[in-house]
Amino acid sequence: MMRRALFVLALLGAALPAAAGEIAPSERRSGYDFMSSDTKAMQDDDTANPGMLSVLDGDTLWNTKAGAANKSCSDCHGDVSVSMKGATARYPAFNATSATPIDLGQRVNLCRTQHQEAAPLAPESSELLALTALIAKQSRGMPIIAGDDARLATSIARGRELFFQREGQLNIACSNCHDDNADRHLAGSAITQGQPTGYPIYRLEWQGMGSLQRRIRGCMTGVRAQAFDFDAADMIALELYLMSRAHGMKMDAPAVRP
Amino acid sequence: MMPSASRLIAMIIAALPAATVAQTLAPYAISGDGIPDSLTGQPGDATRGLALVLARSSTCILCHSGPFPEARFQGDLAPTLAGAGSRSTPAQLRLRLVDASSINPETIMPSYYRIDGFARVGSAWRDKPILSAEQIEDIVAYLASLRE
Repeated sequence: MMRRALFVLALLGAALPAAAGEIAPSERRSGYDFMSSDTKAMQDDDTANPGMLSVLDGDTLWNTKAGAANKSCSDCHGDVSVSMKGATARYPAFNATSATPIDLGQRVNLCRTQHQEAAPLAPESSELLALTALIAKQSRGMPIIAGDDARLATSIARGRELFFQREGQLNIACSNCHDDNADRHLAGSAITQGQPTGYPIYRLEWQGMGSLQRRIRGCMTGVRAQAFDFDAADMIALELYLMSRAHGMKMDAPAVRP
Repeated sequence: MMPSASRLIAMIIAALPAATVAQTLAPYAISGDGIPDSLTGQPGDATRGLALVLARSSTCILCHSGPFPEARFQGDLAPTLAGAGSRSTPAQLRLRLVDASSINPETIMPSYYRIDGFARVGSAWRDKPILSAEQIEDIVAYLASLRE
């Protein structure tokens, strides 16, 4: 009797995620899919996509020697279109030294401090956005595979927990909008599913480039929560969960978003 | 002589700025599925209520639409406010504004007059309700006037 009750409970537990309104893999849509034809055209044309200016800056930085070691990225990595092909689709990735996941910006900064012996680039600085935009562009059209590493399981679980946790004065979870109401409109703007296929993005509302961390902080402030600090462990966990949730979707960085 | 630990703590608390002390909310009594009595003891002002509903900072029309075509960007996450006064009594409207989650724990409608039970509230909003008692009453008066 007791065992049967436990079995039923286990079944209920297994059924819970679907009941909570998670988006079926076949129903997933990139933010691109929610955009007007004008904004899509802007993204699709490299000569019109403002994110490509950041990519060009990144290309200059890639080949510029920096730090006490007087090394450029290309001194170690060579041609970015070869060495960085598909790299961004794997991030955030497990970093064995810290035994934590790190995102692409943190990876760039580890290279800066360890190999170039240079100061790390500030979060959201134009330099860091330029280098990550350049690197992310090399994964265009490739499927997201972040989260495949079994060592990331606890961090993905933490990110998922955060995604479903109500927060802030408005007491709203990420999932309330991006799973349950992604086909609706907040004050006239499409909500979208929050699939992070194109970061760093050029956002028209920002009139500039920004990372997924900046975007997440914007949402957190929107529900009047205390936004995670840049690079905080919970921030990386949420980034990682979002990327694993978009597993298999094609990357379109640097994306344009409204 | 060294002041005792408890005396030190009392001194530190006394030195805290007033802003960090939780605001106290006006007491209210729920009866059935509503709050029959005005939170302020006074009737609200429907004209001020409309202005509040349209103000972005009140957050209403991020999710709701309503009979105010002058507002350009209205949400579709929640039912229209048109006819709210025909569908609900002022007491029901008041409780839905004060704490809609007490009626439906799954609702995404924020609790506009509640300060506890929230996670990670930003420092600018901590220990404050989204709307004041006066603002709630003004909005109740406006919504009650929306009849079809």
